[in-house]
Amino acid sequence: MTHAEAAVEAAVADAHRRGWAQVLAATVRVTRDFDLAEECVQEAYAAALAGWGRDGIPDNPLAWLTTTAKRRALDAVRRTHTLRSKLPLLVEPLETGGAPADDEPDSLDPEHAVADERLRLVFLCCHPALAQEAQSALTLRLVCGLPTADIARALLVSEPTLAARITRAKRKIATARIPFRLPAAAELPDRLHAVLGVIHLLFTAGHTAPSGAPLTRPDLVAQAMRLARMLRELMPDEREVRGLLALLLVTDARRETRVDADGRLLLLEDQDRSLWDRAALAEGHDLIAGALRGGRPGRYLLQAAIASLYAEAPSYEQTDWPQIVALYDALLRAWPSPVVALNRAVADSMVSGPTQALQAVTELEQDGRLARYQYLPAVKADLLRRLGRSQEAAVAYRQALDLTGNDTERAFLEARLADLPQAR
Amino acid sequence: MAQYAILIYAKADVEEGEVVPGAREAHDRHFEDMVQSGALVAAFALHPADTATAVRGDTVTDGPFIDAKEVVAGVAVIEAPDLDAALAIAQANPAAQQGGGVEVRPVEGGYIADRPAAA
Repeated sequence: MTHAEAAVEAAVADAHRRGWAQVLAATVRVTRDFDLAEECVQEAYAAALAGWGRDGIPDNPLAWLTTTAKRRALDAVRRTHTLRSKLPLLVEPLETGGAPADDEPDSLDPEHAVADERLRLVFLCCHPALAQEAQSALTLRLVCGLPTADIARALLVSEPTLAARITRAKRKIATARIPFRLPAAAELPDRLHAVLGVIHLLFTAGHTAPSGAPLTRPDLVAQAMRLARMLRELMPDEREVRGLLALLLVTDARRETRVDADGRLLLLEDQDRSLWDRAALAEGHDLIAGALRGGRPGRYLLQAAIASLYAEAPSYEQTDWPQIVALYDALLRAWPSPVVALNRAVADSMVSGPTQALQAVTELEQDGRLARYQYLPAVKADLLRRLGRSQEAAVAYRQALDLTGNDTERAFLEARLADLPQAR
Repeated sequence: MAQYAILIYAKADVEEGEVVPGAREAHDRHFEDMVQSGALVAAFALHPADTATAVRGDTVTDGPFIDAKEVVAGVAVIEAPDLDAALAIAQANPAAQQGGGVEVRPVEGGYIADRPAAA
């Protein structure tokens, strides 16, 4: 490959990463049909690969791609006008007014109108009328522009299953008339929460692969991070958006140290803090510090604050445990979840001791909501181990092993079990 | 504009004494609101599920078709520009606040005879 060809390929790849969502959102305004719009956008990227080598990379690649995709869409719509679906996507006219968008050079689009288009797409994909599994699949397909095969692999379902899921979701969008527009102010908190939930889910799925050998799936983590950054750019004033981005940054900053050289899981207390990504931690810290000002913090911001506080301590022992417990108490008020209560118990074991923490964990166990959650018996086992109650700890480690699908985590639990004194 | 059916579900086996005070009045007010706004196309309230008779093939049995904790108590057909607008109307339905819930389904087609519903 020549130097010039490599440059074109890199420019197209960059435009795909940065611009797929905005090119697609502009094109779907013309087609009112996602399948056709996706086809036209794909063709535009293919045309860029061929044309930019010949004519040079345009000054504004995304405007070039948008114009090309929309022109193809117009041609296709004119050609197949009579054959088009009876139920097109419900597209509202752009609020910016003026001439119809397809007569206008896209480089003249006001910045905010383009931003709004991407947001519309995100909110459509994460509409609460769609199942969460459909929301994640649709977001990866339409907002990130990932091929179906990649999404299926990332979400651990077969390609036909995933393709059917996406088709069903698109059909529901058209049949039930889920609108392609920004939520009204009254709806925004709930709708934004659904969006943040999908991004967080993608990140978590990538960070701890539910089954199979490797602990992280970096591609999903990267997509989640990109979505969080995009949302932060589009909604700079939303504190929970900043909180989510900070949470992902701070969590991911420790990625390199979560397993040792042999791929074994390392607990926070055993991780080499000098290897953490200081730039990501600092960025997360700044986001949190800015967002904590003004009003009661939400769920993601508090989670980020907790993760950041853990990371700031020079060593595990020097963690500010009372402050961590206080943040967990605030988090429990914002998000009364048994998982939060379990994490609070872990932190509280460093303040009030393992006996009191074990009491809290036992109550959670009786509550039953975490019956399938592998970290509950794992936490219980660790507390029992610290109390010297090896027999009971062994029982709990085995319960945790029964619930854990990830090979790395299984190896960790097995090692802990084997290390117990007289655990036979 | 599109039409949506709002299927109103209530808890099955509600005893007379358990009825939320003011429940009927709340439904009447909601009905009036939908008429006033022009959203309402049709609405029907049904007698309790224990008055239902199920027919499947040649078999006739007592009770609703599906044995569930919630049963259909009524149905309304409304007109709305999109799903979000339909959901806003559905969310105002008192059934959603009275231990039941509503289901919103896009209408594919229908027919209403020009004749009043049973009194």
